[in-house]
Order: sequence, then structure tokens, then C-alpha cells
Amino acid sequence: MTENTCNMTQEDFARLPQDRSLADAIVRPSVSYWRDVLRRITSDKVAIFSFAVIALITLAAIIAPMFSTGYETTDLLHTNLPPSASHWFGTDSLGRDLWARVWMGARISLLIGLGGAIVPQIIGIFLGGLSGYFGGWVDMLIMRVIDVGVCIPSLVYVTLIMLWLDSGPAAIIIAIAITGWMDSARVVRGRMLQFKNREFVLAARTQGASPLRIIFRHILPNILGQQVVSITSAIPAAIFLEAYLSFIGLGIKSPMTSWGQLCQTGASFYRLYPYQLFIPGVFISVTILAFYLFGNCLRDALDPHLRD
Amino acid sequence: MKDPVLEVSNLKKYFTIGRGQVLKAVDGVSFSIQRGETLGLVGESGCGKTTVGRTLLRLYQPDGGTIRFDGQDVTKAGRSQSKVLTRKMQMVFQDPYASLNPFFTVGEIVSEGLEIHKLCASKREARERVYELLSMVGLSKEHANRFPHEFSGGQRQRVGIARALALDPEFIVCDEAISALDVSIQAQVVNMLMKFQEKLGLTYLFIAHDLSMVRHISDQTAVMYLGTMAEYGPTQEVYSHPAHPYTQGLLSAVPVADPDYERTHQRVPMEGEVTSPVNPKPGCRFCARCTRATDICRRESPALRDLGSGHQAACHNL
Repeated sequence: MTENTCNMTQEDFARLPQDRSLADAIVRPSVSYWRDVLRRITSDKVAIFSFAVIALITLAAIIAPMFSTGYETTDLLHTNLPPSASHWFGTDSLGRDLWARVWMGARISLLIGLGGAIVPQIIGIFLGGLSGYFGGWVDMLIMRVIDVGVCIPSLVYVTLIMLWLDSGPAAIIIAIAITGWMDSARVVRGRMLQFKNREFVLAARTQGASPLRIIFRHILPNILGQQVVSITSAIPAAIFLEAYLSFIGLGIKSPMTSWGQLCQTGASFYRLYPYQLFIPGVFISVTILAFYLFGNCLRDALDPHLRD
Repeated sequence: MKDPVLEVSNLKKYFTIGRGQVLKAVDGVSFSIQRGETLGLVGESGCGKTTVGRTLLRLYQPDGGTIRFDGQDVTKAGRSQSKVLTRKMQMVFQDPYASLNPFFTVGEIVSEGLEIHKLCASKREARERVYELLSMVGLSKEHANRFPHEFSGGQRQRVGIARALALDPEFIVCDEAISALDVSIQAQVVNMLMKFQEKLGLTYLFIAHDLSMVRHISDQTAVMYLGTMAEYGPTQEVYSHPAHPYTQGLLSAVPVADPDYERTHQRVPMEGEVTSPVNPKPGCRFCARCTRATDICRRESPALRDLGSGHQAACHNL
């Protein structure tokens, strides 16, 4: 039996040449952290949808005012008109076109939203980073300033800054920055404390890396993901704060406009002309909701524990 | 031929942990390491081994004592001297998962020291050097563009070793460098370390709690207990004639792969818990667990006593 089935000769058992480099070759392409984040974000329907809403509103805010009648142009013959073909969102009590005013207001509201989220975050990251990394008297000083600062209601700062700088988008951003940096500084300081004794940071120190290099090149990228998420949730908060300030008459002053200011004007006549309140109101709600949803998806996408 | 690279005398590192409590992590430790040799530093968790290693590299500022490296006092080094010293003294860390920055590629991790110390004239030269270092530790140059999370524990530890070697150091602290790896990988990494020692003339401080591994790699062995040195001497001496009751207890607890030996073998008993290093009482740190403790052990802390041929132990009952 062996004679018949086994026709193999000695030559069939030659050794294959051993190639170690082949055995170690990696077939899967290297995926960096940020590319992985992008992949997860683009496969999330809610993220795509909310991002589309944000993009649409932003685009409209940039383009729409260029192709419509001036947002300041009054037309006393056509006051308080309901939405129609010539005035898509109607007109207000001075006959100004609300379509133009809503998109002009969108510019201001989004500007305040972005500025009011990013500016305090940058200040907070910088001061919180220094405070957490160096500790000692630097930490002591910055933390005591914050302890005192957070005790004063933010409305006090806002009112004083408005009086000092006159009301306008810049004043609102500055007011938000002065109150907002403290929270992000605290968060970043905490994260910094968490990271500064990690072994990879100690390793960088034994390699002779300077403190600034360690803070900005080693620790910050590890923290940034979280801070990006907190920026996206600070944008709606800033938009909302502006709306609220304008509503109580502290924010943007006519003829310049913002969503909050439009709501405030609309609220006085809402029984007669409800569209004057509801149109800007819906825009505020939809924008804030879109930013919140996008922020949530971003947080999930940035979480390294969910990597697959 | 005595040529000590590192001389540590009476090193102290205390941490204040609030409410006037002081944690004496390292309390008067002295040792020296000869050029090209390995000192194995053993002891249980929390005895201050890692603190010693980190203080040597000035990750902590010592609270007392001197550290002399090549005859120069490390604790008093100025900024420019410090930079030179970081090149000569490097460290391999314990946890291969925590010691590599997850946002850096392996190439960036290894080349960081080259960049900081401007050791390479051009980017291309640095890249070549990184490839050379990677192949030294048994990785290939394709690995340079990968991120740490794509590697296994053993490969990550190799990256950590390549990073330490990048600066051409004379002295490397291996802080439990192999305890997070599984046994077959441990052997590979240890053999690689020993190969580099021979080839590059490196000096190691090998911190570990694995007694058999320390015996394999070290020329000298130091046993620490709660921040103090219990016993110190040539590895052969310490392992064959342990003098301190703590060392005896440790060594007798090592299992031997021989049933006949294990059946007849008497363990040296060690009872109780490790006492706290916070505000320690005077006297021998080990006396609460020592079967031979006498009155003097509770009053005075013992100094290291010479037992001949460089073998020293800190015990009153010798």
C-alpha cells in the first residue's frame, strides 16, 4: 500500500528559503488616530445629519445677506407683513425684510457662538496647562484667581463690559471669554495633573524635553479631543447666552441684529404677528440642537476606548 | 579594577502627603555601580525601588545625599550639564503601554531624543539612525510609521529600549522593564539587554522583583526594604549566603522546580504586614516581621555592616 500511494521523493521535501522580513511584514495599512476618528464620524448618521444642518445654516448666513435687500432698509408702507413671495419671512414693525434680518442675525449669532466657544477655551487651555504642569505658586495663583472669579455672577461681568465696550459682538465674546476661561482652565488643569506623571511624559523628561515641549507636544494632543468636544457644546451655550442677553436688552442693539434680538422684538407682538418670534426662535433651537448632537457624536468618535 | 560610574550615598527622598505626614520613600540608601556592570535592585512593591531609579535621573529632586555620576554631582548640575547628563543616563520604563505616547509614531518616539539634543544634522540622517536603532532591537524599518497601539507588549518594550539607546547612554535604569511581559518575551528582552551591555559597554541599574531574573542578569544585588537597604553585595554571595532575615525570607520563598527539594525545604517564616513608610518609627524597619527581633532592633536602626568581600547587611543580629 505504501508503495502505491506514496509517490513522493526526497526532492519534494526541499527546505523553503527562510525570509524573516516577509514573516514580519504587516499587511494592514497604518491607521492614525485622527483618520480613525474621521472614519467613525462619517459612519454615524446623526453626526452627518447634524453637520449638514450646521453647514447649511452657516452657508446661508454667509450667502443670503449678499443677495437680499439691506437688513437695515426700512419701508414704512409695508410694516408687519406676513410671509409672502416678496418677503419670505415677512417684515417687522419698521417694514424691514425679515429674511435679510434673520440671516444677518445668523452671522452675528454664529460668530458669537464660535468666538465665545473658542476664545475662552484657548485662554483656558494655556493657563490651565501651565497651572497643572508647573504646580507650586503658579498653580496657587491661577487657581485662587479662578476661585474668586467664579464667585462673581457672570451677569455682573457682562453688564460692566457692555457698559465699558458698548454693546456689540466683540463685547459679548470678550464677556463670555472672561467668564468662560475659568471652567476650561480647571478642566485642563485636572487633565494635566492626570497626565504629567504618566510614564510617557516621564520618558520625555528623561530625554531632556523642555516643559513647553512636554505640555504642547506630549500632553496637549492627548487632551485636545476632550476640549474639542467641550468647544462644540460651548457653541450653543454662547449662542444661547447672546440670545438671552439680547432678549433682556443687554446684547446687540438695533439696527444691527442677531437671533436673540429678533426674538426680543418679535416677543412684544407675538399674539398679533407670531411669525416674528417663531422664525428666529426655530433657527436658534435647530442650530443649538445640531451643535449638541454633533458634539455628542464627536465625543463618541474621539473616545479611544471605543476603537475597534 | 574599581571604576564606579555611579556612586550614591545616603540618598533620601521624602514625600509630604499633607497634615504633617511624611512618606519616607527612600531613607538613606547608598550603593555604587562599576562600569559595565549591572546592579539588581530587588524588594517588594512600595519599598522605594522605583523612587531610587527616578531620583537618579532627576525626575525627583532628592531630599538628601549625593549622586555622583562619573565623579560629577548630579544633584547640583546646572542646566547645560543636565542636558549632557540626560544623554548619558537613560531609562526603560515598566509599563510598555503607558510609556509610549499614543499620538506619536514609533519613528517619532525614537527620534525625539535625537531632535532635542540635535544629534543628527539632517532629517534624513535622523531617519537612518532610527532605522538602525529599530533593527538593533529587532524591529524593522516598516515599523517606524506605525503607532504604539499596533504593537504587542514585547515589541513596545523594544521601542522603549530603542528610545533609550538613541542618545548613546552610558547608564540605563531598567525600571521593572520586563515585569509586564510574559515569560518567553522576558527572556528575549533580557538577553537583548545583556547583548547591548557587552557590545556598547552599558551599565545597568536593573530594578525588579523577580529574584531569579535578577540573579541571571546582575553582578551585584541590592535588597531594599521600606526605603532602606537591607542587604547589598555580589550576586553570588547574596544568593548563596543571605545574611539579612528579610533576604533569607525572600529567597526561601522562591519556588524551585525540584519536588524532592521542595518537600524537605523549610521556608523562613515572615509574618504580618509591611509597616507603613509614613512617619516611620525609629528602629529597624523590618523588626515588626522579624522572628529574631530584640530590644535593640526596636530602638536603633541598624547600619550596613561589612561581612567581607563587599557583602553588606543591615541587621543587629549578625
